[in-house]
Amino acid sequence: MIQFLLKRLLQAMLVMSIISIACFAIQDSLGDPTREMAANSISSEERELLREELGLNDSTIVQFGRFIGRAVQGDLGNSYFFKEPAMTVILKKLPATLELTFAASILIIVISIPLGVFTAIRPRHWFSRLTMAISVIGISIPVFLTAIGLIFIFSVTLGWMPSFGRGETIEIWGYWSSNFFSGDGLLHIIMPAVALSSIMLPLFIRLVRAEMLEVLSTEYVKFARAKGLSSYKVYMKHALKNTMLPVITVGGVQIGIMVAYTILTESVFQWPGMGFMFLEAVNRSDIPLITAYIMFVGFLFVVVNTLVDLLYGVINPMVDLVGGNK
Amino acid sequence: MKNKLQLMGGLFCAGMLAFTVADAKTLRLAYDADPVTLDIHEQLSGGVLQLAHMTFDPLIRWTKDLGFENRLATSHERLNDTTVRFNLRKGVKFHSGNPMTAADFSWTFDRLKNSQDFKGIFTNFSALNVIDDYTIDLVTTGPYPLVLHTATYIFPMDRKFYTGTDSNGKDKGEIVKNGASFASTNVSGTGPFTVTSREQGVKIEFERFADYWDKSSPGNVDKIVFTPIKDEQTRVAALLSGGVDMIAPVSPNDFGQIRSSSKADLVTKAGTRIIMFQMNQERRAELKDIRVRQAIVHAVNNDAIVKKIMKGFATTAGQMSPKGYLGHNPKLTPRFDLQEARNLMKEAGYENGFTLTMMAPNNRYVNDDKIAQAVAVMLSKINIKIDLQTMPKAQYWPMFDDRAADIMMIGWHSDTEDSANFNEFLTMTPNSDTGMGAYNSGNYSSSFVDEYTMAANQETDPAKRASMLQAVEERIYQEAGIIPLHWQNLAWAARKGVNIEPIVNAMNFPYLGDLVID
Repeated sequence: MIQFLLKRLLQAMLVMSIISIACFAIQDSLGDPTREMAANSISSEERELLREELGLNDSTIVQFGRFIGRAVQGDLGNSYFFKEPAMTVILKKLPATLELTFAASILIIVISIPLGVFTAIRPRHWFSRLTMAISVIGISIPVFLTAIGLIFIFSVTLGWMPSFGRGETIEIWGYWSSNFFSGDGLLHIIMPAVALSSIMLPLFIRLVRAEMLEVLSTEYVKFARAKGLSSYKVYMKHALKNTMLPVITVGGVQIGIMVAYTILTESVFQWPGMGFMFLEAVNRSDIPLITAYIMFVGFLFVVVNTLVDLLYGVINPMVDLVGGNK
Repeated sequence: MKNKLQLMGGLFCAGMLAFTVADAKTLRLAYDADPVTLDIHEQLSGGVLQLAHMTFDPLIRWTKDLGFENRLATSHERLNDTTVRFNLRKGVKFHSGNPMTAADFSWTFDRLKNSQDFKGIFTNFSALNVIDDYTIDLVTTGPYPLVLHTATYIFPMDRKFYTGTDSNGKDKGEIVKNGASFASTNVSGTGPFTVTSREQGVKIEFERFADYWDKSSPGNVDKIVFTPIKDEQTRVAALLSGGVDMIAPVSPNDFGQIRSSSKADLVTKAGTRIIMFQMNQERRAELKDIRVRQAIVHAVNNDAIVKKIMKGFATTAGQMSPKGYLGHNPKLTPRFDLQEARNLMKEAGYENGFTLTMMAPNNRYVNDDKIAQAVAVMLSKINIKIDLQTMPKAQYWPMFDDRAADIMMIGWHSDTEDSANFNEFLTMTPNSDTGMGAYNSGNYSSSFVDEYTMAANQETDPAKRASMLQAVEERIYQEAGIIPLHWQNLAWAARKGVNIEPIVNAMNFPYLGDLVID
């Protein structure tokens, strides 16, 4: 176990070093941050002074050296716009994004598993056909369109839902501001979560269905039936459990992708999370924040995959984490 | 201690809440971005100036018709060629409770002269002399016609509040661009609103300053909740769904939706930002030929751009100075004429045309990339093939600095609301010593334009000055120094009952202190 975690830690560090090199390689094309920090009308000397002060006139190698030197001490630089350490900014925005991703994941799990199972067990039922038809449409609509559609229907026309922002958030543990503990907060998270989940939902319904169908045709399920077990037990205990393994693998990867998709969802709903923050940082050429965000997301990917692998071991004890021979 | 006072005030108010709640008006405001700082001298940008008009007051300010009205000055008179005297308003208090006197102006003036962004506006000013507690003299280095224009940038800061050192041992008055400072996170001005809370990029809350000097202001807004909403459609949806009371800017694409709504009103105004192209004569010999430049200007149907692409949300331009500016020359009208353009190309010997490169941003001005595409198509009619590249502004400005294409787009708003500013930055001969022509990517050069602009900057007689600046516009027109397109309009929208029409203006500094909500 410890060996496994150490291995993953090394992996995370490797991923982050590669990302940081990539970030610095493209730094020149991220634009000139002084354009966002000073008026158009200032003289070129003043602009040069500002660039000098920011250390942008040094060679890429020198800048990278300086960055790495600080990074190993845990300092990823200050955001130009927020005027705070980039990591502080990211950690401040993290709860909003994680809660949004979490809410979307819950929706996906709660909806896709029953629907997937049902469509597998009763493939010819009208409801199954309807579900499959809708999921094809769902998968082909881009997320921002779903989001705008939701806003138009439920906020502008019907006036039921708030159209932007997080609404009232409650501080828990002094640091984490949460949407889940107030009515207003819950109301605000519904539409962004629905929009975000809409891209993954069809995929998961189909995945659960396909896996379930495959498991249902295996020998041990047939045997369980032959044994006279109730169909509930066959489906839920034997079939579903084995269906979940590939679903969890895909899910782990998709959670990472979902964090990336929050960029779109958050900007449509003005959700003050990391995705929106990143988009704005790119617009403002806030280089330290861009670099820190990309590295952080890389780290997040490794963490999520590690958790998925651990979960794997819980669900299926036959999985060997370290990968040695048994 | 300021907070404590506010807290006590708050408790007091809470006691009276039952009686006052009916009158308490809150404005929920959504712009596309929030100001980057609370330090009004840190950055010269629309957002910061809007903040300055909410939390501070200037000596004098612009009126809707580009005239002046007194704010913290009660009167002003010209003493001689280089000195203008201002009498200051008495009994004005800062948010901290400190009284405002001439010393605060003197301190503010020194700070402006040290500000990277603002010092350029004040280069012609040598001193602000304190005569007594309520009288100041603004002294210029030579005769200077724009003293009042510049005085709109003097928002006195609370000298006592910003003097001393903060908890980090840093000077409270320091202007810091890279990183936080006392002044970028604390405010004490004389303005109608105080900042009660702020989360960068998420929300700012303002409350009406109880001791605000302007008792005659009709404004009845007690609280402002400012949320930046970046996405155009989300901003409009927030307004139409009742989530906010006022939004800006509004994209022309959303006008129909707002106009047809029974819940909101749209207010538009002719703006003063000119959008244009510059033709680089240094990169391309062809563009040195005045006939070729004329042909290009004649081939661009800027009226069609305004109608089709801007959906009427702009004013077609034949020059840089908009109506209302001294330099605006009514004779200089747009001149689309395809036949004339073809003739000129033939005359110049380029009947078969050539290829030019063009660059434009795609997220800086309204519909910038679409405008560039349209111009490229229009130029193909006179056999000029355009190799167009559009990019986000973050990537565009370095390209602009490198003069990386033969034709480049630029939009400009004159900080002084005066014509000379256009010339100083866009059409005067580039000169790294004087700093003139810093944004003249075309290297257009005319000694007439250079001399007359400089002379106009020393001419204090408005009539003479106007004729000089109009002559400059005419010369640029004749020599086709630039391709003028249009002046971008401005648009705001508000829920019905929020009367924004009287308080918005072409400078885009809504005077929210005077806003009346029914």
